[in-house]
Amino acid sequence: MRDAEFLIEAMAVQLRELLARRGIGEPALVGIHTGGVWVADRLRQRLEVAAPLGKLDISFYRDDFSRIGVNPQVKPSELPFDVDGRHLVLVDDVLYTGRTIRAALNELFDYGRPASVLLAVLVDRGGRELPIEAHVAGSRLELPAGSHIQLTGPEPLQLLLQNTP
Amino acid sequence: MRTVIRGGRVIDPAHQIDMVTDVFIADGRIAGIGRPPDGFSVERLIDARERVVCPGLIDLCARLREPGHEHKATIASEARAAAAAGITTLVCPPDTDPVIDEPAVVEWIRRRAEAAGQARVLTLGALTHGLRGERLAEMAALKEAGCVGVGDGGRPIANTRVLRRALEYAATFDLTVFLTPLDPWLGQGLAHEGRVATRMGLSGVPAAAETGVLARDLELIRDLGVRVHFCRLSSARSVELVARARAEGLPVTADVAIHHLHLSEIDLAGFDSRCHVCPPLRGERDRDALRAGLASGALDALCSDHQPHDPDAKQAPFGDTEPGISGLDTLLSLSLHLTRTDALALPAALERLTWGPARILGLDRGHLGIGAPADVCVFDPVREWRVTADHLRSRGQNSPFLGWDLPGRVTQVLLEGRVIYEGGQD
Amino acid sequence: MSASDVQLDRQGRLRHFLTVEGLSRRHLIEILDTAESLHGVAERRVKKLPTLHGKTVVNLFFEASTRTRTTFELAAKRLSADVITLNIAQSSAVKGESLLDTLRNIEAMQCDMFVVRHQQSGAAEFIARHVKPHIAVLNAGDGRHAHPTQGMLDAFTIRRHKPDFAKLQVAIVGDILHSRVARSLIHALNILGVAEIRVVAPRTLLPFAVESLGVRVFLDPREGLKDVDVVVMLRLQKERMEGALLPSEPEFFERYGLTEERLALAKPDAIVMHPGPINRGVEIDSRVADGPRSVILEQVTNGIAVRMAIMSITLGNHAHPAGENL
Repeated sequence: MRDAEFLIEAMAVQLRELLARRGIGEPALVGIHTGGVWVADRLRQRLEVAAPLGKLDISFYRDDFSRIGVNPQVKPSELPFDVDGRHLVLVDDVLYTGRTIRAALNELFDYGRPASVLLAVLVDRGGRELPIEAHVAGSRLELPAGSHIQLTGPEPLQLLLQNTP
Repeated sequence: MRTVIRGGRVIDPAHQIDMVTDVFIADGRIAGIGRPPDGFSVERLIDARERVVCPGLIDLCARLREPGHEHKATIASEARAAAAAGITTLVCPPDTDPVIDEPAVVEWIRRRAEAAGQARVLTLGALTHGLRGERLAEMAALKEAGCVGVGDGGRPIANTRVLRRALEYAATFDLTVFLTPLDPWLGQGLAHEGRVATRMGLSGVPAAAETGVLARDLELIRDLGVRVHFCRLSSARSVELVARARAEGLPVTADVAIHHLHLSEIDLAGFDSRCHVCPPLRGERDRDALRAGLASGALDALCSDHQPHDPDAKQAPFGDTEPGISGLDTLLSLSLHLTRTDALALPAALERLTWGPARILGLDRGHLGIGAPADVCVFDPVREWRVTADHLRSRGQNSPFLGWDLPGRVTQVLLEGRVIYEGGQD
Repeated sequence: MSASDVQLDRQGRLRHFLTVEGLSRRHLIEILDTAESLHGVAERRVKKLPTLHGKTVVNLFFEASTRTRTTFELAAKRLSADVITLNIAQSSAVKGESLLDTLRNIEAMQCDMFVVRHQQSGAAEFIARHVKPHIAVLNAGDGRHAHPTQGMLDAFTIRRHKPDFAKLQVAIVGDILHSRVARSLIHALNILGVAEIRVVAPRTLLPFAVESLGVRVFLDPREGLKDVDVVVMLRLQKERMEGALLPSEPEFFERYGLTEERLALAKPDAIVMHPGPINRGVEIDSRVADGPRSVILEQVTNGIAVRMAIMSITLGNHAHPAGENL
């Protein structure tokens, strides 16, 4: 178990630098339910972002619906700002195969046409199945396929690593 | 053929006989009970030890579907199924197609039944032409052709004046009239008007659809001197009405269908179309009152109300299915099932299946008196069987009792001394 | 053998949606919550989700209907399903063909979901018992029995205005006898723990022993509407006059119609609902139907989200892990 706060601090440093480099003054943060929203919320405070926090539940966009159906705890997606022409930062807890991000991008574009989308994740654990990479990562590690990493929260935020034999 | 049925428990309700003894048969008639007549030599011996020997069953209402609906069943198929179920006499109501409203139809059915050579088939004639409730049918001619009574064939006469005249006319020729008490308007519905129908959203038939008409009919016949038999009573209050009328001396009798003693509105759960019957299955209190009425004798007879159907007739949403249960195969066993509680003794149950209906029809059958036609049923009262489609001999497989374990296997059935069924070893 | 046995799978999940009766609070809350997360879709630039992409939904309408059919169609399309609507009531080609034959024929077209409306009570359950296992069946109204998606959209609409079911008094007014909407709503509200459900109607329009459904009966709307939080008016069919259930529309409106004066008996913040289509001046006054308390049009909007939720839940429960082929 590891405290996630220092990883978020690392993300904030990288993201601040990246936004400055790109000249993005007023980004909007969009977290992916559930862990991504926790992380995005903390990033937003640290970066003092003015735009309200966006939340995405990608349950209806998953590519494995015909295998696992709908998550019974599905939450509404909320993007309380105009997506068109906006610079967005998509935030998730763990980046693995890349399928969640693909679903989230599809959902984002159903709201409008953002000017750009950056991807910030707490942990990039490798194992990508799609051509998707994070611009910002609190930590990058290469975990074997059998292991499982999970963020628990919202207070405190902790990373749980399990190795299934 | 001279036959002795040896060592069975002989139950002849008409003569209040219930003892282990032998039954001797000669020339198609009962020749002796316990003691053979002088000079009797046995040609065939039926071993009836551990079995019950009783008069062949008389079923007051069995639709044979012929003429008119041969895709559902035929006289031959159903008479054979009846024989295997211990039923030696079947009464066919007049709602065939064409309707039994002229002697030619009676004659045609008689010949078909004779050719089948199984259970005897008797007919009821129509009260009105085409059962339309308008013009009187030629009842005298129907009687002459062999009808054992006249009736509405389950299609009640709405016009009271026509009904009263039909009753008077029938009385003229000493015909028993078989009436189905059901109000033509209140009777339009799919289920008993009760909590179950409310929950399932099925249109309801209140008990008053039956009792209202029954009470009216009892008043109508008060001074006519006509014998009336009320068919398929379904509610507690009806039993009371008939019992009271009889106590007052009215010449009325009544029967109940066996499924009304075993099922209730609750069995409609899941919109089970096999339980779609007319009159509808009512509440449990009605069911219990019908059982009590049968035990007390307020209800004279127990019938199968056999209505075989092709599978399509029941394969649809409840309200689009045809009513009726295929009941010949289970009539005896379901009756025996009732005797497992103290409420109904075996001899009483058999009385409602033999002598009771015989009296209603005015037949010298349904008993084992010396000289009576030897219609006899021998059955093992204990052995159980599971009702499965394979066991149903009727062409109609529409039974809500599929899957039930029931007592009673028929082993031999004799019609006027001739064995028409032997089996029950499977 | 109850409907629950047919509509739930071995894990107790909804595989068909035939009736609200017999479902648990958990089932209903899942539907309401899922519908809540789908509610915003209509306000987005792209009013579509990819969830049922590649699935085929067949609307089997044995009874004419415009509104229900349209909202089911829209719900399926917003989930990216392909939709076919068959109006069998009007189709002469089907005459003489048995329901099972019709079913087999449509099944042969490789469908994933049937949305069924039929004039006979129990028809949807009958179809659910006879379809191939991969097909989900939704009841869009069967006889007088059930209209469960309507019951759920009504509950959804109520919850959006009055989130605490336990505090609510709800009056359902009008033709309860013939109403599948009333039956489904009564079951839904009872399962969700509504404090009191009232039915308000003359005796001719109340089914036998209606209290056994868990409602209080009021013959007089002046008592029945007193202090309620929600008034649900039911549609009165014109045929009811011919069936000798009512003398006339004006007499019904006079005694039971929802007017502003009558609505004043309810709580000041009471909402007014109606499954539609409304008969102005028969069961409801135009000033009420179009007034500030009316949520009738919201019901229509909510109907799409609720039907999307039920479609994705039931079809999702037909899903199976890869390799475990059915």
